[in-house]
Amino acid sequence: MTRRDSYLRDVVWRRFRENRFALAGGMVVLALFVLSILAPFITPYEPNSLDAYHVLLPPSSAHWFGTDEVGRDVFTRMLYGAQISLKVGFVAVGIATLIGTVVGLVSGYYGGWLDSLLMRFVDIMFCFPTFFLILAVIALLEPSIWYIMLIIGLTGWMGVARLVRAEVLSIRERDYVLAARVIGCSDMRIIFRHILPNAVGPVLVYATLGIAGAILTESSLSFLGIGVPPPTPSWGNILASGKEFLEFAWWLFLFPGLAIMVTVLSYYLVGEGIRDAIDPRFSSRR
Amino acid sequence: MLYYLAKRLLLMIPLLVGITVITFTVIHLAPGEPVEMQVAMNPKVSAEARERLRKFYELDKPLHVQYAKWVSRLVRLDFGRSFAPDGRPVITKIRERLPVTISLNLIVLILEFALAIPIGIMAATHRDGPLDRWTTVFVFLGFATPLFWLSLILMYLFGVKLDWLPISGLHSLGYEAHGFWWRVGDMAKHLVIPLGVATFGSLAGLSRYMRTGMIEVLGQDYIMTARAKGLPERVVIYRHALRNALLPAITILGLSIPALIGGSVIFESIFAIPGMGKLFMDGVMARDYPLVMGVLVIGAVLTLLGNLLADLAYAIADPRIRHGRERAL
Amino acid sequence: MNRCRLVCLVLLVFSLAACNEGKQAVPAGPRLPGIPAYGDALVAGSIGEPSTLLPLLASDSASRDVAGQIYNGLVRYDKNLKLEGDLAEKWEISRDGLTITFHLRKGVTWHDGQPFTSRDVLYTYRVTIDPKTPTAYAENFKQVKRAEAPDPYTFRVTYAKPFAPALESWGVEILPAHLLEGKDVTRSELARQPVGTGPYRFKEWIAGQKLVLESNHDYYEGRPYIDRYVYRIIPDTATMYMELKAGGLDMMGLTPVQYQRQTTTKEFLSRFNKYRYPASAYTYLGYNLRHPLFSDRRVRQAITSAISKDEIIQGVQFGMGQVAHGPYKPGTWAYNPNVRDFTYNPDRARALLAEAGWRDKNDDGILVKDGKPFSFTILTNQGNDQRLKTALIIQQRLKAVGIEVKIRTIEWASFLKNFIDKGDFQAIILGWTIGQDPDLFDVWHSSKTGPRELNFVGYKNAEVDRLIEQGRGTFDQEERRRCYYRIQEILAEDQPYTFLYVPDALPVVSARFRGIEPAPAGIMHNFIRWYVPKGEQVY
Repeated sequence: MTRRDSYLRDVVWRRFRENRFALAGGMVVLALFVLSILAPFITPYEPNSLDAYHVLLPPSSAHWFGTDEVGRDVFTRMLYGAQISLKVGFVAVGIATLIGTVVGLVSGYYGGWLDSLLMRFVDIMFCFPTFFLILAVIALLEPSIWYIMLIIGLTGWMGVARLVRAEVLSIRERDYVLAARVIGCSDMRIIFRHILPNAVGPVLVYATLGIAGAILTESSLSFLGIGVPPPTPSWGNILASGKEFLEFAWWLFLFPGLAIMVTVLSYYLVGEGIRDAIDPRFSSRR
Repeated sequence: MLYYLAKRLLLMIPLLVGITVITFTVIHLAPGEPVEMQVAMNPKVSAEARERLRKFYELDKPLHVQYAKWVSRLVRLDFGRSFAPDGRPVITKIRERLPVTISLNLIVLILEFALAIPIGIMAATHRDGPLDRWTTVFVFLGFATPLFWLSLILMYLFGVKLDWLPISGLHSLGYEAHGFWWRVGDMAKHLVIPLGVATFGSLAGLSRYMRTGMIEVLGQDYIMTARAKGLPERVVIYRHALRNALLPAITILGLSIPALIGGSVIFESIFAIPGMGKLFMDGVMARDYPLVMGVLVIGAVLTLLGNLLADLAYAIADPRIRHGRERAL
Repeated sequence: MNRCRLVCLVLLVFSLAACNEGKQAVPAGPRLPGIPAYGDALVAGSIGEPSTLLPLLASDSASRDVAGQIYNGLVRYDKNLKLEGDLAEKWEISRDGLTITFHLRKGVTWHDGQPFTSRDVLYTYRVTIDPKTPTAYAENFKQVKRAEAPDPYTFRVTYAKPFAPALESWGVEILPAHLLEGKDVTRSELARQPVGTGPYRFKEWIAGQKLVLESNHDYYEGRPYIDRYVYRIIPDTATMYMELKAGGLDMMGLTPVQYQRQTTTKEFLSRFNKYRYPASAYTYLGYNLRHPLFSDRRVRQAITSAISKDEIIQGVQFGMGQVAHGPYKPGTWAYNPNVRDFTYNPDRARALLAEAGWRDKNDDGILVKDGKPFSFTILTNQGNDQRLKTALIIQQRLKAVGIEVKIRTIEWASFLKNFIDKGDFQAIILGWTIGQDPDLFDVWHSSKTGPRELNFVGYKNAEVDRLIEQGRGTFDQEERRRCYYRIQEILAEDQPYTFLYVPDALPVVSARFRGIEPAPAGIMHNFIRWYVPKGEQVY
């Protein structure tokens, strides 16, 4: 088992590495992590400290990305904003993945009425325009980054659930699972030892794409004025406040937009790369 | 076929009930009340006046009573009256806005199919080549760009700087005075940026799906056979492979409806397009419960119908399902 | 026309719409006046869509703006903010100050041709106080003891005791009785297709897009020059500004940044005229006076001393505003220019705090008293950028004197319900609009400190109470002035709020419009006399 695992891992990793776009995406993702964590060491400014007399300065050697309308350093805010935007992405997707995996496992493994009940619920949730649901709830609750992560998570688990369920169904009747059942393994053990590891790949792909989606959703919410509450910097709300200055303080608008674009694209390429790597059917060189 | 249709329709009933329950729950989770919005802005309002407003809107009744009343009216297609000061029926407000959102989304869907399918095929046939790679990046870029950001940049570029296109809205002022074709042209000019951006943003899903489907089909035995027969590559791809790869794409159509409707909030806000997304946003901000619930339900039902249509189309197109069901009958 | 005339004080939720009052203005590009001509259209931008065109039921500024062109009141404020007759030609106040008799203008017709009479006024009064009408404007009319219409052109109201804001309250839009009487006003068609007596009549309303009014040729003051008044609904502020630049809009309210930085090019100034005058509103930092932290007056004085109001005006308004010392607009008759306010002086702030027992015992920069650090939370409503920035600047300044401030923005409805109404807050940043009548009863009288009332900071001062009552109980302006001058002195000493600033209204209008006369009342007061010379008309 273990030897097979490590062999697989090697193959997957090799395939991923050979995909130049995926690799580039992965490097951006990593670099971003490092930059956002090291933010306090990279920039001498505080993300929320104002300077009413130095507002809307264009980019210079002192302020790489200029200053915003209350004199905060945009580069600093974007570094700290990366922390927030990534946090939103990861926590939201974490919630979605957890719920989706549990629902999918239960549904697929136990089947029967429980399965149909859960799957009907998934169908219903799929009917709602997700962004409408998010809007309705977020706008009615008091603004908080935790609610935003929670709501994005709660409205994004259905895909994972279907995915995991399908995976479980295909594995459930395989020989080694049947064998495990025959020798008296408990349900829990079968699920965690034999079924779950097989579902990890597709879920990972889904989660990577989900993070990208959550970052975008947060920026849309911020654009509508109900995203991460200020003064906390997130790429979304830096961008949203920058739109008023599009014409002459372009640095407030351009940089956060580009940052979102590049980051989301990178996550997507990574997700796509992982998919190709674990599913040899569609991969590049076999 | 009839049996299949009947079964699908029956299956919709529990879904409809579920939709109403979720809608109602979501809206009533929130603290605060619509009355607050109306009254809060005005200091000259007494506590007594608030109670009066509460009664007027029946917010003093228990939740399950409110739900029962709401659903029983829904069945008769009565969505209640908006909490907004004009107090108009919700259904009227939605009817005003729905056509715009639906027709714009239909155009986007058509454009999306028209572009994404060739892109997908191209990517599949040039698999792993530069064309494949770069179209991949291109469609993902569409997905990855914050569309409101792109929209505002294009708006500034083409509307203010170059002055080629109008900025927002659906028509120019005084368009009524012109002939039909002038009005069509005018509207088209207004819609170039919003529709273009929306389409750009929606390409990724379908084109990737197409690519995968195409690759899979191209690996099938009958394609090998076709090639072996010496059929030209074009015929193999467009006559044999495409037909089969297209089938699953139909289901994507149904699935993409909720995303399109959801995305309309942003577009309609930026471009001042009077559609359902903007209506919903306004309703949410003003805590117009009946309106928000009405739009949520209608949005969900539209999706349900879209899925049904997609499935029916699939059933009609795929002989296996069509015949299978008929035999079962 | 004067949308602020009706409501005395309205909480400012969005301060984006151009306000209509004003003082000095900055005209631009020299263009020849040309010859007044009929025709053309004015296209104005509005963030929000009007909710209803029955002004009785509306409280949003978009609805009130539009309704102001369609309806008239009995009285209105002229360009110098003096009350003058509108639908009432003249009026008499009885010697005891209890009865007002309005003599209505003859020959005024509704847009549907019916004559306007006292029956309409009586109906408007009755429907407003009807408990079944969900209106926010009943309070002033509740002071009325008796209302009667002895003949078609006379209307008389009697009050239980003299009520100074009474006259102003009849500036409310008069509704057509012949179309509404006996009907449910909340279900009326008139909400979408209003019929008024005003200079513009309703033409069409395309939901979510635009609302078109056309000039009323039979208007009692004469036909307005501009043929059509179009409100375009443009929900996004960035889009609206681009529309203005691209020529799709003729008029909008600028933000301070736009005024200062984005609209200074020659090209822009040749196409548009910018105006600038103080808006009728102020922003303040209010303290919950029931909270032990703020019960000591010295603490409040210290906080005011620690804040630089000029810096806030600079940072938040780009200098486009004035320091506020009290609840009135500088330059109005009730405004006391000699109030001694606490100016920016961090040393005095520290001294006052030390006097009140606050000391930095452990050298962490935060003051401590009875083992508790001086830390409090400022709440403000979500979606108002100006207020949030104000809070951020205050936070920074108070940190310098050893006070830790946290900031929370809360969605509006829950802000009121869960915090303001329950008195569950420490400090807030909000704004009030300043009414034309200086009555302060609702916000500062001690009887208004109950739940859901407007004196939510819990300010109680017997002398202020007495002065407020005295001020609203007389029609003698000198006597009223004395009352309000004294109140401002007391407020400056007590500092129940730190009054921050009065922002400037910054409307911009296309240069093809002539005849605009900036006045204390703003620019819209003579809108019917605006015109576009024949050669420059575009629509």
